[in-house]
Amino acid sequence: MLACAVCVLALVGIIVYELVTRSQLSWKAFGWKFFFGSEWDPVNEQFGAWPFVYGTVVSSLLALAIAVPLGLGVATFITEMCPRRLKETLAFATELLAAIPSVIYGLWAIFVLVPLLRVYLQPWLARYFGWTGLFTGPPYGIGMLAAGMILAIMVVPIISSITREVMTAVPRQQREAVLALGATRWEMIRIGVLRNARAGIFGAVILGLGRALGETMAVTMVIGNRPEIARSLFAPGYTMASVIANEFSEAATDTYLSALVEIGLALFLVTIIVNILAQVLVWSVTRGMPARGNV
Amino acid sequence: MGVGIEVDHLNAWFGKVQALHDISMHIQANHATAIIGPSGCGKSTFVRCLNRMHETVPDARAAGKVRIGELDIYNGTAAVQVRRRIGMVFQKPNPFPTMSIYDNVAAGLKLNGFHDRKRLSEIVERSLKLSALWDEVKDSLRKKSGASLSGGQQQRLCIARALAVEPEVLLMDEPCSALDPISTGKIEELIFQLKENFTIVIVTHNMQQASRVAEFTGFFLLGKLIEFDRTEKIFTTPSDKRTEDYITGRFG
Amino acid sequence: MSNSSQSEPIRISLWRSGMDHLVTLAAAAAVLLVLLPLGAIFAYLVYKGVGALNWDFLTQIPKPVGEPGGGMANAIAGSVLILAIASAMGVPIGIGAGIYLAEYGRNRMGDVVRFTADVLNGVPSIVVGIVAYGVVVLAQKHFSALAGGFALGMMMIPTITRATEEMLLLVPQAIREAAYGLGIARWRTTLSITLRTATSGVITGVMLAFARVAGETAPLLFTAFGNQYWNWKINQPTAALSLQVFTYAISPFDEWHRQAWAGALILIVLIVISVSALRVAAGRGMLKGTG
Repeated sequence: MLACAVCVLALVGIIVYELVTRSQLSWKAFGWKFFFGSEWDPVNEQFGAWPFVYGTVVSSLLALAIAVPLGLGVATFITEMCPRRLKETLAFATELLAAIPSVIYGLWAIFVLVPLLRVYLQPWLARYFGWTGLFTGPPYGIGMLAAGMILAIMVVPIISSITREVMTAVPRQQREAVLALGATRWEMIRIGVLRNARAGIFGAVILGLGRALGETMAVTMVIGNRPEIARSLFAPGYTMASVIANEFSEAATDTYLSALVEIGLALFLVTIIVNILAQVLVWSVTRGMPARGNV
Repeated sequence: MGVGIEVDHLNAWFGKVQALHDISMHIQANHATAIIGPSGCGKSTFVRCLNRMHETVPDARAAGKVRIGELDIYNGTAAVQVRRRIGMVFQKPNPFPTMSIYDNVAAGLKLNGFHDRKRLSEIVERSLKLSALWDEVKDSLRKKSGASLSGGQQQRLCIARALAVEPEVLLMDEPCSALDPISTGKIEELIFQLKENFTIVIVTHNMQQASRVAEFTGFFLLGKLIEFDRTEKIFTTPSDKRTEDYITGRFG
Repeated sequence: MSNSSQSEPIRISLWRSGMDHLVTLAAAAAVLLVLLPLGAIFAYLVYKGVGALNWDFLTQIPKPVGEPGGGMANAIAGSVLILAIASAMGVPIGIGAGIYLAEYGRNRMGDVVRFTADVLNGVPSIVVGIVAYGVVVLAQKHFSALAGGFALGMMMIPTITRATEEMLLLVPQAIREAAYGLGIARWRTTLSITLRTATSGVITGVMLAFARVAGETAPLLFTAFGNQYWNWKINQPTAALSLQVFTYAISPFDEWHRQAWAGALILIVLIVISVSALRVAAGRGMLKGTG
């Protein structure tokens, strides 16, 4: 038994070891500048990871911008507004969304979402919001916007289910206290539930962020895979996870491989920090074991 | 056949708190001895020291001498060995929920390495007869789970399970407190019959029960043994004033 | 609340009640917006997938590019192989660690292990692939099902450990005491009695982990790598359903696109079956007959 527990420790140890040692080559060659350089040129062995960092951050933030309101809305509806009989079904449906593998999201995104963007949404956005500079350029369909949107769909279930747990953990007395003052249902939710669960909801959002940062397949399939930095969301981009996915098995030189591993290490560290932060926040509201079972 | 128990200056602690102070008594073989006293007086702790269950609680320990028959249980014997020779029945019946009735009774034997199928069946039948449960379950031994029986039946199942390993002593920690009067009656009857072959120590907060089933009684208060004597004497002419106060209901 | 005697009923301002309705509407709209892609994805999977699904698909290996026909039989088989390896690694370690945490882990060491398992859970799947590459592929000098299984196994462990620990903690202490009272040693009690009582819950945890890794693609990209042919050897590159769907989806060939949908359909069917079976098991109760 102890041996198995030690295995768990060993595995994480192995992960850290592998990532650190194999990225040494790249680290020694480029140092900190690795993450700020924009030149990704395998042929000339020049590696700068800034485009990928940018791509990861932008796609994740875009995803959150869409997913947070949606996720909160769904959670609120299921917890506070929905008739009892519907609760189970809706909860199950959101769980189902979480169970769909990334590659299937990608598949659907390529053949359904992207054409929709190219033909309807992007021209519309360009026409009415092009002045912001975010929606300019040829409407390929494929690009940052598509990546952000599919990521959002993938992240909503996490935000929604954690938010649900956290909202349920708020004791009844809090809700009743607000209602007794003559509040409408929305006011009760806003003051009695959401405010109390604030930390946990923040945690849920951070957890969603964590998931978005590490998401690989669906993003790779629709982001365009070009290491460019552009202001417009229509432009193609590249994320840290995607570059590893696309180029790892073909990395011919040691430096190339090492650079990719270094990106992996950075991804690992960032996701770990984000996840720990999220756990702490969620824990502070639910106090230990999150509510088991259905809400 | 039952054996006598010799307790000599037994002390027990939970962490820094001392729960038992210098207990000494002699428990007669093939008789039933009741341990009575108000809540928190240490009766359960005492009994759990007799089969070294006390130490399974983190930070708990015991010191002193306890001899069961010729076995000195705190000196030179592994706890697991001790518990194989002493049976225990708990306050709330706790049959193993995922096992059938048959498997429940056989559990103690099987898990200690006994696998002779034919002998096992015989022992299971004998134990269930001894605990007066046989007639009620003989047709569904392997089909019904241990947890599907009524409270009283479950407790008798637990008794059968304890008897199956052929202990010399049977410890019962308030075995009837979770049961209805009819089941209680059945179990008390059982104790009468079991006395012939086993030594029984029964903890009870029900004084009438003590006077019904036990020949000897020990009165505990705040971790000390106040008085130990024949049951009739304790309940009619107790020597210590505190005993008298307790049995007349002035406290506890 | 005070009743204003015979005067008019207290009216909530129009603004407040308006907000209330608006928010309810917005929340409901959010639900619809979220369910929309769910429905769309399943609809397309069925619509496009069923079209390409036929007996050939399930029994044949891929044909060379350009030729119609062929199937994903080797990918389905490969997935089974890789998942079997993953389970062989992940299930014992996961359950063992879970037992440790529940029965012996109420201490510093236990906290460390618990934290580490959570960290392991949060590692992005592509990073797991990198590590598996480093540990297995480089050592063996070629891609293999073993490497893929190692990666997926690593991902299964935290889920199984968590579930096992929780289920074991639900087993009442009275059961363990009954076993101790019979003179059964502690390790024996844990394995034969406590674990046995929590079995259905533990199985649920295992299935949850299984469903999670069954659809993973990223860790397999440079471990199992994929294979156009049948492969049953564990130390050779192996095809996997999720990998195949990915390769076909990003290819320029229509025929392969069709097959990608069919492969995706099979994948999702297998996963939905596991997740639903899980709900049924959870509904029937984790512990039979306690209390």
